[in-house]
Amino acid sequence: MLTILFDGIAYGMLLFVLACGLAVTLGLMNFINLAHGAFAMAGGYATVILVNRWGVPFFAALPLAFLVSALLGLILERTLYVHVYRKSHLDQVLFTIGLVFMSVAAVDYVMGSGQMFVRLPDWLQGQFNVFGIGVGRYRLLIIAVCGFLTLALQLILSRTRFGSRLRAAVDDTRVARGLGIRVDAVFAVTFAVGSGLAGLGGALGTEIVGLDPTFPLKFMIYFLIVVTVGGTTSITGPFLASLLLGIGDVAGKYYVPTLGAFVIYTIMIIVLIVRPQGLFSRGSVR
Amino acid sequence: MKPAAPVPFTGGLATRARWHPLEVLFWLAAFASYYFLPSKHLILTEIAILALFALSLDLILGYAGIVSLGHAAFFGFGAYVAGLLAKHQLVTEPLLALLLAGLAAMLLGFVTSFLVLRGSDLTRIMVTLGVALVLREIANRYAWLTGGADGLQGISMDPLLGLFRFDMFGRTAHAYTLIVLFVLFLLARRIVNSPFGLALQAIKGNALRAAAVGVAVNARLVAVYSMAAFYAGIAGALLTQTTAFASLDVFSFERSADLLLVLIIGGTGYLYGGLIGAIIFKLMQDYLSALTPQYWPFWIGLVLVVIVLVGRERFSSWTLPLRRLAAGSHWRAERARRIVGEGH
Amino acid sequence: MVPALQTFGLDKRFGGIVAANDVSLQVQKGARHALIGPNGAGKTTLVNLLTGLLQPTSGRILLDGKDITRLRPHKRVKLGLTRTFQINQLFFELTPLETVALAVCERQELGGDWWRLLASRQALMAEVVSILERFGLADVMEERTVTLPYGKQRLLEIALAIACQPSVLLLDEPAAGVPEDERQAILAIVAALPSDVTVLLIEHDMDLVFKFATFISVLVNGALFVQGTPEEIARDRRVREVYLGEAAHA
Repeated sequence: MLTILFDGIAYGMLLFVLACGLAVTLGLMNFINLAHGAFAMAGGYATVILVNRWGVPFFAALPLAFLVSALLGLILERTLYVHVYRKSHLDQVLFTIGLVFMSVAAVDYVMGSGQMFVRLPDWLQGQFNVFGIGVGRYRLLIIAVCGFLTLALQLILSRTRFGSRLRAAVDDTRVARGLGIRVDAVFAVTFAVGSGLAGLGGALGTEIVGLDPTFPLKFMIYFLIVVTVGGTTSITGPFLASLLLGIGDVAGKYYVPTLGAFVIYTIMIIVLIVRPQGLFSRGSVR
Repeated sequence: MKPAAPVPFTGGLATRARWHPLEVLFWLAAFASYYFLPSKHLILTEIAILALFALSLDLILGYAGIVSLGHAAFFGFGAYVAGLLAKHQLVTEPLLALLLAGLAAMLLGFVTSFLVLRGSDLTRIMVTLGVALVLREIANRYAWLTGGADGLQGISMDPLLGLFRFDMFGRTAHAYTLIVLFVLFLLARRIVNSPFGLALQAIKGNALRAAAVGVAVNARLVAVYSMAAFYAGIAGALLTQTTAFASLDVFSFERSADLLLVLIIGGTGYLYGGLIGAIIFKLMQDYLSALTPQYWPFWIGLVLVVIVLVGRERFSSWTLPLRRLAAGSHWRAERARRIVGEGH
Repeated sequence: MVPALQTFGLDKRFGGIVAANDVSLQVQKGARHALIGPNGAGKTTLVNLLTGLLQPTSGRILLDGKDITRLRPHKRVKLGLTRTFQINQLFFELTPLETVALAVCERQELGGDWWRLLASRQALMAEVVSILERFGLADVMEERTVTLPYGKQRLLEIALAIACQPSVLLLDEPAAGVPEDERQAILAIVAALPSDVTVLLIEHDMDLVFKFATFISVLVNGALFVQGTPEEIARDRRVREVYLGEAAHA
C-alpha cells in the first residue's frame, strides 16, 4: 500500500511539473493553452534523440530538454501566441487545438508513431528496499527533482523581484501595468519557463507514462484537471491537486482496475460542480 | 390600437419564417444530388451526417452561446446505442432504433446539462471535454459490450421500413440520411423562429437581462442542450446504421474539434452554417487526405491556426450576407443604415 | 393596505464590507418613491438585492405581502417586479421589436412555446408595436439594437421593463448618460407611467427627484439615513450635510 502511495506521489509530482506552466499561464493571462502538452512532448523527444542517438548522458539531457522546450515556448509566444491573447476563449481553444494537431502530425512524420524509450543509466533502474517497501529508484529521482523544482519555484515567487512582479501581474494585470511592471516581458519569461518545465516533465515522464506523438492529446485532460481542481491563483493549489490526482489515479487503477481512469475524471467533474474556481484557489472564476 | 394590416409591422419576424428562394434552391440541390451524382452516395451520406451533427452544435453554440468541446459524447452515445440495438436484434427496424438512440442521447444530454449551466466558458469547455472522455473510457473499458478498441462488429441492418435494403452503393443510406436531416432541419427551423428560439438568442446575448425580463434561463438552456444532444445522437446513430460499424473514435476529441471548425467555416447562428460548413469541410478533408493520407490533421490544424490569427469574424464575413438574409433584415433598413452610417 | 414592496432588516456583507445595513424599507402602492444618496451609498446594491441578483446576508423582502427573499430573479419578474439597469443591458443583436416581443411572450407564459412561429401571433405583435410606438421607437423597431443611438437604447431599456407589465418598477437612474436633447423624452416617459404601477426611482438628478417623487428615502453607507416627503427632505439640514460633506471631502 505504501508503494502505491509512493508511486502516486511520484506520478503526482511529475504531473505538477508538467502542468504548473499551464496553471500560471491561465492565471496570468487568462489564456487557455491546450497545446501545453506539445511542449512537454518536445522535451521528451529531445531527450530521446539526445540520449539514444547522440549518446548524451541522461542527466545532461534533462536541462537541455528544459532549454529546448523553453526556447520553443519563447519563440512561439512572441510570434504567434501574442496575437491571440485578446481574443475570446473559444478562439484561444481553437488556436491551441490547431497547434496540437500540427505538432502531433509533425512529430509523427519526423519521428514515427511508435512509443519512445529512453536509455536510462543502469543505476537508476530497479528498486531500493526501504523497511520492506519497494522504492523505485527512478521514481525516487522524480520525487527529488520535482520536489526541488517546486521549492525553487516557490522561492522564486516569494523571494525574488521577478516573483513579486509575476504575482502582481496575476492578481491584477491592469494595475500591474500601471505600476510600471512590464507585463509582456514577465509573461514571455513565464511562458518560456512554464514550457521548459513541461519539457523537463516530458523528459522525466517518458519512462513512466510513455511518449508518442499523441502525448499532447492524451494528457491534455490531465493538465486541465490539475488546473481545474488546483485553481490558478497559487502554486500550492496545483501542487496539492497534482498529488491528489496522482495518488488517486494510481490507487484507483490498483484497487479498482475497471474504474481506474474514472476516478480522476469524476473528481474533476465533481469539483467543477461544487467549486468552479477550483478546490484550492482563492477568489472566484474569471 | 390594432393595426388593420398586420403584415407590414411584423416585417422582420414574418419574412424570416417564410422560406427564402435561396433556401429552396439549397434543398432542391441537396435532393437532386441523389439523382445527379450517383457515384457519390457514400461521401454525400457522410456530409449529411456531419451536417446534422454540426446543426446540433449550432443550436447550443450559435443560438444559446454554450461552448462545448465534447459534443461528440452525444454523437458517440447515439452511435453505440444504435449499434447495440441492431447487433443484438433488440430493435430491428432502423427508424425505430434511430429514434431510440436519439432519445437515449437526449437523456444523457439532460442528465449532463446541469454541468454546463454554471461556471465560465473555461469550465464548460473542460466539463464537456471531460464528459466525452469519460464516455470514451467507458466504451473502451467495457469491451465485452462495445468491442473496445476493435469497435462494435457484426452489425447487420434490416431493411428500412421493411422495404429498402441498405445496398452496398449506399443509395438507401444516402436517401435515408438526407430525409432525416431535412425533417430535423425543418423542426429546428420551426424552433428557432418560435418564442423559445428568441429566448435562446436573448440568453446568448445577455443572460442577465434575459433573466431580468422573466426568462427562466436555466430551464431553457437545459431544454436546448437536451435537444442538441438528441440531434447529435441521431447523427451518430445514422453513422452506425449506414456503415454497420461503430468504433471508439465516435467519442474522440478530434471529432469535437473538427465540428467546431465546421461551424467556424460555415458560420453560426443561422442554421445553414453547419450544413454549408460540413460540405466545405468534407471536401477539404477528402482532398487533403488524398494528398497526405496520414498527416492531413496537420493541415486541419494549420487551417485552425490561420483562421484564428486572421480573425474568425473576418474569416466568416463571407457568410455575413447569408446570415443577414436569414435574420430577415429589411432591405430598406439595410440601405438606410448604410446611408446614415453605423450607429454605435 | 399592504405596501407594494417591503424589506425587513436587509443586510448584505461582502467579507468586511457592509453594502446594505439593516435596511427596512416600505414602498406604498402607486407611490413615486425616490431613493437618493451619495455615491457608493449602496443604492444599486439594494436594487440588486430586491431583484434577486444578490442574496442578502440576512433580512426579508416582501412583494405585495409575499415573501420573495429566496426566489430566483426571473420568478420575481413573473410576480410583477421588474427593473431597468443604470448602464443599458440590452440584446445588441436583436431588434427592439424582438426585444419587446420577448418580454411580452414571457409575460403571457408563452416563453416555452417552441412550435408556433412568433410572427403568427397577431394580437401579441400588435401589443408589441403599440408599446414601441408609445416609447417613440416605432421608426427603428426593425434595426439591430447595437445601431441605435444611446437615447433610443435607454428608451428601449425602459420599454422592456414596462412590457413585463410590472406592479413594481425599479428605475435605476433612467436618465443616466443620456445626451441633453434626449433627456426630455425619458423624463416624459417616466412621468407618464401608469398610476397603478409603483415606481422606486434611484436618481442623482435632484430636479427630477423633486418633480416626480411623492416620497424620498436617503441611503448613506448602506443604511437608511432619513425618509420623508420631498418638502421634509428639502428642509432637512442633515441631508444637505451628507451631500455637501461628501463634496467638501471630495
